[in-house]
Amino acid sequence: MAVIPVDRKPLSFAERTYMPQILSGMKITFKHLMAPKVTMEYPEERPAIPAGYRGVPTLVKDPNGREKCVSCQLCEFVCPPKAIRITPGEIPPDAPTRHVEKAPQAFDIDMLRCIYCGLCQEVCPEEAIFLQQQYTMTGYSREEMVNHKDRLYELGGTLPDEHYKWDKKKAAEEHGNAH
Amino acid sequence: MIAPAQPDLVTVNIDGKEIAVPRGTNVIEAARLVAIDVPHYCYHPKLSVVGNCRMCLIEMGLPAVDPATKAPIMDPASGKQKINWMPRPQIGCATNVSPGLHVRTTTPQIKDCREGVMEFLLINHPLDCPICDQAGECKLQEQATQYGRGYSRFVEQKNVKPKRTPLGPRVMLDDERCILCSRCIRFCKEVAKDDVLGFIDRGSFSTLTCYPGKQLENNYSLNTVDICPVGALTSTDFRFKMRVWFLKQTNSIDTESSVGANTVVWSREGVIYRITPRRNDAVNDTWMADSGRLLYKQVAAPDRLSAITVQGAAGTLASAAAAASTLFQAGAVAVVGSGRSTVEEQFLTKQLAATLGARVSLVSRVGQGDKILISADRNPNLRGALVTGLIDTLPSAQLAALGAAIEAGQVKTVVAIGEDLAAAGLTAAQLAKVSIVYLGTHANATSVAAKIVVPTLTVFEKAGTFINQQFRIQKFARAVPGPAGASDDLAALSALIAAAGGAAIAADLPAIWAQLAAEVPALATMTYRNIPDTGLLLDGTPWSALPFVEGETLHYKPAAAPALATA
Repeated sequence: MAVIPVDRKPLSFAERTYMPQILSGMKITFKHLMAPKVTMEYPEERPAIPAGYRGVPTLVKDPNGREKCVSCQLCEFVCPPKAIRITPGEIPPDAPTRHVEKAPQAFDIDMLRCIYCGLCQEVCPEEAIFLQQQYTMTGYSREEMVNHKDRLYELGGTLPDEHYKWDKKKAAEEHGNAH
Repeated sequence: MIAPAQPDLVTVNIDGKEIAVPRGTNVIEAARLVAIDVPHYCYHPKLSVVGNCRMCLIEMGLPAVDPATKAPIMDPASGKQKINWMPRPQIGCATNVSPGLHVRTTTPQIKDCREGVMEFLLINHPLDCPICDQAGECKLQEQATQYGRGYSRFVEQKNVKPKRTPLGPRVMLDDERCILCSRCIRFCKEVAKDDVLGFIDRGSFSTLTCYPGKQLENNYSLNTVDICPVGALTSTDFRFKMRVWFLKQTNSIDTESSVGANTVVWSREGVIYRITPRRNDAVNDTWMADSGRLLYKQVAAPDRLSAITVQGAAGTLASAAAAASTLFQAGAVAVVGSGRSTVEEQFLTKQLAATLGARVSLVSRVGQGDKILISADRNPNLRGALVTGLIDTLPSAQLAALGAAIEAGQVKTVVAIGEDLAAAGLTAAQLAKVSIVYLGTHANATSVAAKIVVPTLTVFEKAGTFINQQFRIQKFARAVPGPAGASDDLAALSALIAAAGGAAIAADLPAIWAQLAAEVPALATMTYRNIPDTGLLLDGTPWSALPFVEGETLHYKPAAAPALATA
């Protein structure tokens, strides 16, 4: 190994006082002291979530309060980490939404498995599942991290509906082309 | 078996491929032989041809001949005989092959025709796929991806029809989805011989319905659900339970009777959701009885045995075998085998009885045969007991001889393999006089009275073979794992053989089949693996003199003594 001698330049007087370095450091400190704040007081303060953000998957109801999911299980099929588990069920013949015939008996999303890919939202033929703006999921146990049907509806709330597909179907049944 | 006469073959040309097919074959079946799919809805290979869906349109042409001289007209360009193509398309299902027939299935005209048919079929079809049980196995869905236009030109209101009309106890009709193919009507008329379905009204008012005062309640009603090409007919048992694309299909055998209908068990994650028939033209065509479709419910029945018990206390297979060994040493053992056990289990039962020097009884089950797919003999594998040599005469209905032997004190221990002795005619007093070793799946009077109980597996949880009434050996595979605490039948029998002092037999199918082939002459050249999915016909002549109780069924004619038919 070759030995390369390095010349150590003696410090000047100003450098030996450390003042230029301290002052340049203080300059940065004061600049940031005056600059607008970039952090926020989480969790009291929450960031604005951009549109199209893929947060926690939720189930939604239409503006008339009808649960939109018909348990077709396409999201369960498409879900890459198999986080969704649905037990299909029949809507009883005396319910007001009996013309829809089918609704989930149980709908579980395991948030420890979910990878927030949004495929469930993309595949849903009824526009019933949405990855909304909720981005924190915490819990003390694995069981708590599984969102059941009632929790999913609580998180999802109601979203506007463009189609009212089933309402139209019911109207057709009542007034339309009845055979 | 007498080989069938060489059928009269004719050569046809389908999309340029030449194939020789038997005269009378229709174009759909002929095209299937050259792997060309002619889409169809109303045509079904096992039903009569009606030709009302118009989906199977093809172009056909015949070799040109001079009308006067009948001399072939040659095409100078190709040097071959000229083909006179018909200007209009024909339906493939009702067009039988004729010599030199030329068929085109992929021309633009045919594609146009199919797209037109699809558009009409879809005009009033509801957008129901998310809630339709047929989704995933729906012919309309499949053809729509090939011949659908992707959007609708229909701006008028769709027809509205009743969505849930019960046609019978097991079949629900959704009228909006029905495409009026009439397969279900023809099935009821031709196969089930129970003419209850028909169309009423005209045009878009046409509706499938039962005749007044009748219901679709025969024991074959669920076959209409299977053959429905769309989701119009659904099974009330399977309705809204699970989407079919999640289900694993396992080949199995219907254990209801000695017909041995081939089935497919559809399960997901160890839970069975439905049973459907599997095509076997020599046994059950494409049908099965409704009663056989509910047999999967025994798997999760509440009275299922789930723990080995020895003298009422929990035990293991080893402790059960040790306790059985003590019982066996006292001698005077009788074995009650079962016509519901597989061939392999019956073979081990025979080994057990031979080791013990015990007499073997079998329980006979005789019911009413329906002349279709339920025979009078309700044991699925009585022939297996004959072939393996477990028994050499047919069992009597009651275990009277065994009961008398117990009364006389000649029998002290009874090994009951899957059979409820009380149901088979032994009295509670007789059961109390003997020590019982019970191998079975469900709790019953025998399992309550038994000293040693070893829970075993149902037919859905094990693999094996049955020999049906035609002496056709058919195998079935394991669809779902057995419950915790249940032992494999072969392992339990093997442990009992070891307890009786016999040579231990490895409790896996290949090992047992090696031994079966060596010791059972009828199975000498076989292994479990090389039994085809549709079964293998064995030579039943050594047993042809026995007075079997079966009457005629779909593909079985009793050889002798028709007086005993439908006993």
